Amino acid sequence: MEKIISFPHMGNYFVPVEALLRLIFPGHKVLPAPAITKKTLELGSKHSPDFVCVPFKYNLGNYIEALEKGANVLIQAGGGCRYGYYAEIQEQILRDMGYEFQFIKLLSDKINPISLYKTVREIGTPISFHKFLGHLVLIIKMVRIIDDTEAFIRENIGFETEENSFRDLHREFLNRLKTVTALSELNTVHREYDKRFRELSINKPENCLKVGLVGELYTLMEPFSNFFIEKELAKNNIQVSRYITVTFLLFDKFRRRKQILKGAGKYLKYEIGADGTDSVERGRTLAKMGYDGLIHIKPFGCMPEVNAMPMLQNISKDFKIPVLYFSFDSQTSETGVKTRLEAFHDMLTMRKDG
Amino acid sequence: MKIGIPRAMLYYRYKVLWKSFFRELGCEVILSEETNRKILADGINYSIDECCLPSKIYMGHVYSLIGKCDYILVPRIVSYSKKNDLCVKFNALYDIVRNTFDNISLIDYNIDSVRGESEQKGFLEMGKTLGFGHFHTMSAYKKAKQAQQQYERNAIMTQERALCNEVGIKILIVSHPYNTYDKLIGFPITHFVKELGGFPVYADATDREVSMMKSAELSNTLYWVYNKELIGSIKMLEDRIDGIILLTAFPCGPDSLVNELIMRKSTKVPTINIILDELQGEAGLQTRIESFMDIIKEKRSPVKECS
Repeated sequence: MEKIISFPHMGNYFVPVEALLRLIFPGHKVLPAPAITKKTLELGSKHSPDFVCVPFKYNLGNYIEALEKGANVLIQAGGGCRYGYYAEIQEQILRDMGYEFQFIKLLSDKINPISLYKTVREIGTPISFHKFLGHLVLIIKMVRIIDDTEAFIRENIGFETEENSFRDLHREFLNRLKTVTALSELNTVHREYDKRFRELSINKPENCLKVGLVGELYTLMEPFSNFFIEKELAKNNIQVSRYITVTFLLFDKFRRRKQILKGAGKYLKYEIGADGTDSVERGRTLAKMGYDGLIHIKPFGCMPEVNAMPMLQNISKDFKIPVLYFSFDSQTSETGVKTRLEAFHDMLTMRKDG
Repeated sequence: MKIGIPRAMLYYRYKVLWKSFFRELGCEVILSEETNRKILADGINYSIDECCLPSKIYMGHVYSLIGKCDYILVPRIVSYSKKNDLCVKFNALYDIVRNTFDNISLIDYNIDSVRGESEQKGFLEMGKTLGFGHFHTMSAYKKAKQAQQQYERNAIMTQERALCNEVGIKILIVSHPYNTYDKLIGFPITHFVKELGGFPVYADATDREVSMMKSAELSNTLYWVYNKELIGSIKMLEDRIDGIILLTAFPCGPDSLVNELIMRKSTKVPTINIILDELQGEAGLQTRIESFMDIIKEKRSPVKECS
């Protein structure tokens, strides 16, 4: 039987993931889940446990839509908080729904090149370990380039002089990345687009409003799940900074573990689980850097991020920096989010002018 | 010296260990009262809205101890061994308490075995902080540990004996001990079960080594140690009980997934999933347990012949 491999969405990361899967499975079809819509979330919520966090519902919706399109190999990762147990429950739910598929669980204790290669061989690939490693390095680099580029976009898109210039170039850039197959080519593409992004004309005042986004990884990185909050902020001419990216989560976080805990200062003695520690550290760092405001984002009931909130409240008090808290669920209303953002923006502007 | 112990969360797992350790050292132990409406109200007041019910109750207990003792014990526990983790709430409880109450003096120990932080090490450091010598602390810890183990063995044996002799409807209560034995959360439920002629069996009063092993039959990637023990108990006892009450406090993270698994995979025994929150009224609860017990009674009674 022909294998059709699929995976759930998160931001623009389907580009490198799809590219990687195409490189290592030349004999199989790769089909990213259809783009997230309201229907995806509805489908996911319908079949999910009552008060599981919302990324579970998005993932499940992605899987159902992919299975309906013919996918028969699904991939899920896991680790940290509740996320480590998503895979088993999602597999069970989908099997109870009557779907037949192969479910690949990449749990955090198995994320190393050798285990990954073993999994890849189980799915079925002719490529050698050597080649596999090569592809892996290429994609890791690609993710890093995407993360760097998107950080630049976030900080500048709010000040573009020509409407949609950033968005259009961003799209073109991602499309170009899809066809990259070698490191040298990747470097050329990176140089070319980096230059073009920097050449886009912007009108950015020296003392523009700066807002830092901290919180849970999925709701930060999947714009659909946060009602495109970065876009909304950019519309109001705000420089947006966010540090949680896949590059950070996979590599930088572990290298900097001790520094991060230290960076949280008096607010933490211990790590508080998953990415909660990072939220506190980054909150404090951004406050010290003189940011105008912080926005803390999480799915409803997210354990590690709820843990981080008393510390963020104290940071807000000590550094006199406003913090806006958002919890997203399948029921969150878009108007509510927009209204609160507007009020937050007005308040920041008044503080700055006054 | 007075050590305050909040009667919530891990108290129900470690009560003998904690109390005997500090008493052996020569400290006075101040225990907070059983959970009551005031403690709950204070806990809600001092918690983030989205915290789980038992953690809110915990904050209420901590608050009630402020000013009554020299130190309040708030441990921090991450994992007992690889893939035997606790919910991240227990990673953060110490820092949450510290950030919520100003000028509170806490005593803590840290268990994070993957990073080499063991229980014994933690207790020795606590002794040092309190100003006791190494040997004194060590012997207090050893004695306390023995007392705790003795207590656990007794609990297992008492339940085992009751399981053999009891003839009433046996209902397995599957819930974290801090829910099961809490005066506001679990107590009303076991009370109703008893009132209706049932006999509550507790999923946490089984041999942990066996239940951990048995849990693999239901799930092979589960890494929350407390949930492993609970689902293992279901496997151990499923032929000797008549019904299961899954008791969850809203919005418990681990339970949100694990209960789904139990409901889907363990279908041998009638099961009811009760989710409790701070707004719970007792009437609704009573009705649900009554109808659940009725169904079980119906199932147990010999099939009436139609004529």
